[in-house]
Amino acid sequence: MAGHSNYVPQSAAAKWLESRLPVISLVRGSFVDFPTPKNLNYFWTFGGILFFILIAQILTGVVLAMHYTASTTMAFDSVEKIMRDVNFGWLLRYLHANGASMFFIAVYIHIFRGLYYGSYKAPREVSWILGVIIFLLMMATAFMGYVLPWGQMSFWGATVITNLFSALPLVGESVVTWLWGGFAVDNPTLNRFFSLHYLLPFMIFGVVLLHVWAFHTTGNNNPTGVQPKSKQDTVPFHPYYTVKDLFAIVVFMILFAYFVFYLPNYLGHADNYIEANPLVTPAHIVPEWYFLPFYAILRAVPDKLGGVVLMFGAIAVLFILPWLDTSKVRSGAYRPLFKQFFWIFAANAVALGYLGAMPAEGIYVILSQICTAIYFAYFLIVLPVLGFLEKPNPVPTSISESVLKGGGSGTPLGAAAAPETK
Amino acid sequence: MAHTDQAEPTRRDFLYIATGAMGAVGVGALAWPFIDQMNPDAGALALASIEVDISSVEEGQSVTVTWRGKPVFIRYRTPAEIDEANSTPIEALPDPLARNSNLPADAPATDANRGAEGAEQWLVQVGICTHLGCVPMGDGAGEYNGWFCPCHGSHYDTAGRIRKGPAPENLLIPPYRFVTDTTIEIG
Amino acid sequence: MKTMIKMVRSLAAVVALGVAATPALAAGKKIEMSYQYWSFAGPFGTYDRAQLQRGFKVYQQNCAACHGLSRVAFRNLAEDGGPSFTEDEAKAIAAEYIVMDGPDDFGDMFERPAILADRFPSPFPNEQAARAANNGAYPPDFSLLAKARAPQRGFPNFVFDIFTQYQESGPDYIYSLLMGYVEPPEGKEVPVGQYYNKSFLAGEFIAMAPPLYAESIEYTDGTPMTEEQYAKDVAAFMMWAAEPHLEDRKKMGFRVMIFLIVFAGMLYFTKNRVWRNVEH
Repeated sequence: MAGHSNYVPQSAAAKWLESRLPVISLVRGSFVDFPTPKNLNYFWTFGGILFFILIAQILTGVVLAMHYTASTTMAFDSVEKIMRDVNFGWLLRYLHANGASMFFIAVYIHIFRGLYYGSYKAPREVSWILGVIIFLLMMATAFMGYVLPWGQMSFWGATVITNLFSALPLVGESVVTWLWGGFAVDNPTLNRFFSLHYLLPFMIFGVVLLHVWAFHTTGNNNPTGVQPKSKQDTVPFHPYYTVKDLFAIVVFMILFAYFVFYLPNYLGHADNYIEANPLVTPAHIVPEWYFLPFYAILRAVPDKLGGVVLMFGAIAVLFILPWLDTSKVRSGAYRPLFKQFFWIFAANAVALGYLGAMPAEGIYVILSQICTAIYFAYFLIVLPVLGFLEKPNPVPTSISESVLKGGGSGTPLGAAAAPETK
Repeated sequence: MAHTDQAEPTRRDFLYIATGAMGAVGVGALAWPFIDQMNPDAGALALASIEVDISSVEEGQSVTVTWRGKPVFIRYRTPAEIDEANSTPIEALPDPLARNSNLPADAPATDANRGAEGAEQWLVQVGICTHLGCVPMGDGAGEYNGWFCPCHGSHYDTAGRIRKGPAPENLLIPPYRFVTDTTIEIG
Repeated sequence: MKTMIKMVRSLAAVVALGVAATPALAAGKKIEMSYQYWSFAGPFGTYDRAQLQRGFKVYQQNCAACHGLSRVAFRNLAEDGGPSFTEDEAKAIAAEYIVMDGPDDFGDMFERPAILADRFPSPFPNEQAARAANNGAYPPDFSLLAKARAPQRGFPNFVFDIFTQYQESGPDYIYSLLMGYVEPPEGKEVPVGQYYNKSFLAGEFIAMAPPLYAESIEYTDGTPMTEEQYAKDVAAFMMWAAEPHLEDRKKMGFRVMIFLIVFAGMLYFTKNRVWRNVEH
């Protein structure tokens, strides 16, 4: 992440530290002086937004863990105690529960931004793959977190999802028993989920640092997909992007606060306010909204193993995406055909989400199958073929050229450096 | 990247200062719920008072009850114990204050100020050594026939006053009152 | 190539149409809902104190024999943002209930009148006893019921709900259920010990007898003593029992929103200031 700073320590204390642990120049190189393409649009602020939510989730989570009891007899009660008796407990819990949804809203926008502007393409494959790993860790964390309140949806969600592994040939049963620590979802399961739910966010944090390190090594992608060619194409991260990201974070917080204060249970499920009962399954089990597209893919196949393989395949395909897209042009902005398919893919993803919430019967099964086919076709057929068939629009030679629309002698850096005239 | 230094004058701009101040206020306000959640919750505060039936406690006996998660010693003192406490001059006490929550903070540590009002045979005190929070041993333990804290060797007399050892204060007397002759409400 | 695009486009249109036109059957059965005005709805909603007190009375006199309220403490009755009984009134209510305490010095459990710190005792010692006393049906605890029941809203209502802040499906459902006892349709066989209800989520028949009758509970504040009013009041009370910090939440929410919007505006101008000399 370092290597972009000309930082020279001034004070004696800074010199002392710098010669022993160059942490100041590391931070300056990564988040202060770091040359960032000057044409990033607001879709690029979601990285910063995600970092903010990760920190917020860790903070509220650590605090909630001070009051939560991971035991089947007390988990539900302890959550209700948080909601009723703990000072600001209701606020902290609603922040944490809705924060998970906000996390996924932001990460989906972030992922689709990467898909549209070709951020997964060389040389940023590693950053993309690390991102997919973060996505997987997030899903695991969110799933285990949803089990902790020990409501009906917690219990039955845990039962259904862990049972996915029973589809594995030969070892399936043993794996599920091992996951449960018993013969059903029970106290050992709850305890280990709590432990892992606490652990995984810190692993996410670690992978996030690698993710940032990777694209700071290659430089950010940008809406043109053209690598910065000169200093005219970039601005230092601070103050340009610190303030822009901060603005975007606060705007996102408005959405976050809207849900926390006015619709705190909108994204949750009413059945989770009923304590877990291993003897009664709710009439209609649905995962949280952010899992719905994958849930629809799972149910699209009437075969147990097939469904599970397809569902994991839907994420696995993201790992090899950098090598599936054959187009020489990075940004979708200059790919007229790609754009069409991209928006179909996006609409299809929303449709999958809707279908995931519908009962697995009748027309919904057929629609799920069509949408699942479109999902995989996008990655496995459209992207590989499109690179050969499509004639992209002319790509600008540099970021500055695209910004000034037809060239000109813009010297933004010089202008930025101009002293205040007031 | 020399221009970062040149951005310096603009930072003094009123807009920047106002925005920064606004942010600081926001962070400060947001911090409070995270801090306050560690204070006792509404359920714990509601349990702040308990009633104790002391009718079965005989002279020379003690009972220990739990109040706010802490032990409270309730002792029915013998006349000998009361005499012994009364015969100790205030000047001989390391802590001259009564430490009685029911009396003004500057009340002297006389035996009358330590025992229950009008029923001095009853001594009600929080059973926590004022040194570092251990629970002292009772029933005439220690060199002064009151309580003795084994952790660091603090000796309390028959009125629960510190006499020897590292503890700085007399045992705390919690707020309490007699609801009836045989029932005490603590807290 | 162009035909391919067209094909794909029409396919997308078909899918989109299919999704949009799908009636929201979703989970469970369609039930008849009766939507009410609630004082606690909307961004500035507050509980109606008198209504909560009346609702509590309905609960006490009509429901408490079978339905618990085990997560609510007597002290809550006197707290801000709730029915706001005075502390003495709450103490008097608590004293009407007997709770189990102990063990005493002899190791025995004993009964005593409840105090403010206690929670409402459950009418039955456990679920089995409750079922045994109620024809096999389990009268659910009231503490969270208003948040634990939500009939499907369906598309597009669930989208509009984000903007209208509709969060009252719980009390609306409770009201509908209480008012949902109607004559069964022609030829419908009602099992013994069951009652037909047009607004019951879990089936056509409910084991609870119609609980409310006009004039059966005395209101002293001049509020009409009708079935509808009883149902509404008890539903409002149950909403408070499930979400006692609703008023705090909405009040704090308004302040937070104002702050965030102003702060975002300031950051926007700051951002523009910083970027003013950069073409981007």
